[in-house]
Amino acid sequence: MTAMLSLSGVSTFYGAVQALRCVDLEVNQGEIVTLIGANGAGKSTLMMTVCGSPQAREGTIRHEGDDITRMPTHAIMRRGIAQSPEGRRIFGRMTVLENLLMGAEAAGRTDSEATLAEVFELFPRLKERIGQRGGTLSGGEQQMLAIARALMSRPRLLLLDEPSLGLAPLVCRQIFGAIRALNRRTGLTVLLVEQNAFQALRLAHRGYVLVNGAISMAGTGAELLARPEVRAAYLEGAHA
Amino acid sequence: MTEARTQSAFRDAGLSALIALGLFAPLIGLVTENGDNGLTLRARPIAVAVVVVLVFAGRLLMLTRAPGPPVPRKPATNEALRRAGQAVAPALLVFALVLPLGGSRYYVDLATLVLTYIMLGWGLNVVVGLAGLLDLGYVAFYAVGAYSYALLAENFGLGFWTCLPLAGILAAFAGILLGFPVLRLRGDYLAIVTLAFGEIIRVVLINWVSFTHGPNGITGIPRPTLFGLAFSMDGGEGTFAGFFNLEPETIQRVTFLYYVILALALLTNWFTLRLRRTPLGRAWEALREDETACRSLGIDVTVTKLTAFGIGAMFGGFAGAFFATRQAFISPESFTFIESATVLAIVVLGGLGSQLGVALAAIVMVGGLELLRSFLSFLAEQMGSELFAGIANELPLYRMLVFGLALVVVMVLRPRGMVSSRAPTILMEAR
Repeated sequence: MTAMLSLSGVSTFYGAVQALRCVDLEVNQGEIVTLIGANGAGKSTLMMTVCGSPQAREGTIRHEGDDITRMPTHAIMRRGIAQSPEGRRIFGRMTVLENLLMGAEAAGRTDSEATLAEVFELFPRLKERIGQRGGTLSGGEQQMLAIARALMSRPRLLLLDEPSLGLAPLVCRQIFGAIRALNRRTGLTVLLVEQNAFQALRLAHRGYVLVNGAISMAGTGAELLARPEVRAAYLEGAHA
Repeated sequence: MTEARTQSAFRDAGLSALIALGLFAPLIGLVTENGDNGLTLRARPIAVAVVVVLVFAGRLLMLTRAPGPPVPRKPATNEALRRAGQAVAPALLVFALVLPLGGSRYYVDLATLVLTYIMLGWGLNVVVGLAGLLDLGYVAFYAVGAYSYALLAENFGLGFWTCLPLAGILAAFAGILLGFPVLRLRGDYLAIVTLAFGEIIRVVLINWVSFTHGPNGITGIPRPTLFGLAFSMDGGEGTFAGFFNLEPETIQRVTFLYYVILALALLTNWFTLRLRRTPLGRAWEALREDETACRSLGIDVTVTKLTAFGIGAMFGGFAGAFFATRQAFISPESFTFIESATVLAIVVLGGLGSQLGVALAAIVMVGGLELLRSFLSFLAEQMGSELFAGIANELPLYRMLVFGLALVVVMVLRPRGMVSSRAPTILMEAR
């Protein structure tokens, strides 16, 4: 079976600075895979490299068997990949409904009716706020909106960049719960970049640890949670 | 109020008065006059004193007036304002439709000028207001449209109605041409390159003498016809007056031109309002909000930007063709940076993205300025007294000062423009 997403030997540079060093990573159909690491380890860079901005200088990225390494971003995002970017980046002056429609229309979908009902089922709060401007939502609601907007294109692979950033633990659990529910119900494949390693590893089937742009450890969520070096580096003081 | 605050207010006001004295002593205090032996200087201490006292009093008033707590607007007031706002656009439209019936050539001419700027404003609104691409060289497309019509008419004898779409298409091409090099630029850098583009077009028009007649411009540009009926003064067969058995008058042509630009402007408005509700229109607005997010959603940013430049430029081209046919004469002098700046000011003053705001701002900026000029002239005529003798006849010259002040006041009170609310492109009930 071909993997949903596979990176082999991927290196990315910002000018002369190397941000990713020969990364190998695989995400299989129906999996939740998490990528944890410290600030500046290259987590977001890896996610953006998958999206083709910046493009990988070396190595190959395959999506469902096809080489997407040199594709322009918008072409990659129309292949059934959707991204909820770091820092949410919702459209502040546009309403919740408009934000959601952008997610569908940008991917060339016009039959958004049913999808809209599904994301409202997942995040009922958004339905209450449907006519409100995105910028007036709370942080948690904005994160929900960012994920819902990504889901509007009916992706098979969802890329989530730090969905727990700046959220209260309760809201954070709601969001992670929604991701798990989605994965169980629809078999959506998820690649999750997280700082909140404890929750991310509990949620994920498998995980990778990124250190200085290179993968230093890989394994199932439970395995990584049990490793003392992971506990020391990323889980100090984290209890949930 | 405390003693210390009063003191500091007086000190501040004194300082402002001093600055005013320094500024206005040469500006207002000295005036040149044609005397017997050439130019002579005359001092006007009273005029300067008046201005300085005004500045002192104004500053003092501003500082000593205790700032009260902000009064929250009642929801009922908000609702009433919204209702009133909805009535403004239809009222303006009706007013625009019946305006020529007043029969005053002065007002019809002025309204035609205002409508030209409204159309330019609406065109630029697509680029700056919706797509958020700061364009300081919009006049380039206005020029391309005007010269397209003038040159096609001169060289191939084509009429206005044939050339109108061609002028639009050529301007749109110019827009896309500009779009390509600036695709990767944002904000200030984009503004500088568009500014340069506007200048390039103007300089080319001046220097390519064999093609554009250079600074001499193009004369005798044909007027538009009404289904083949010309508006000429001879009143013969095949003219408007002759066909309807009327006495040929200039006002007929002026009125016709007015309705042409009204129709063109309304077409621009309708087209833009429709586009806003399409995926493309929403993509423009999303681009204005966040380009990175647009990319991550799968929007083709290149296409989105180029269509915005192209469509915005097309409307500029239409307006340019109309300008050429109305003036019957164009030269590069009509397409200077000040035009770009005026149109941009209209869009920003009106409120980025708001069609109604742009219309209101154009009325205020173009119509208001002209009305202010004639009002000041009127005032000057009334002030025959000795005291104002020196000031009266140059009162109209102060219109730009008053106008600039008014713009500053508007932007301080309403920093997001006159109409800052954004109407959603889609509502749940509509689905």
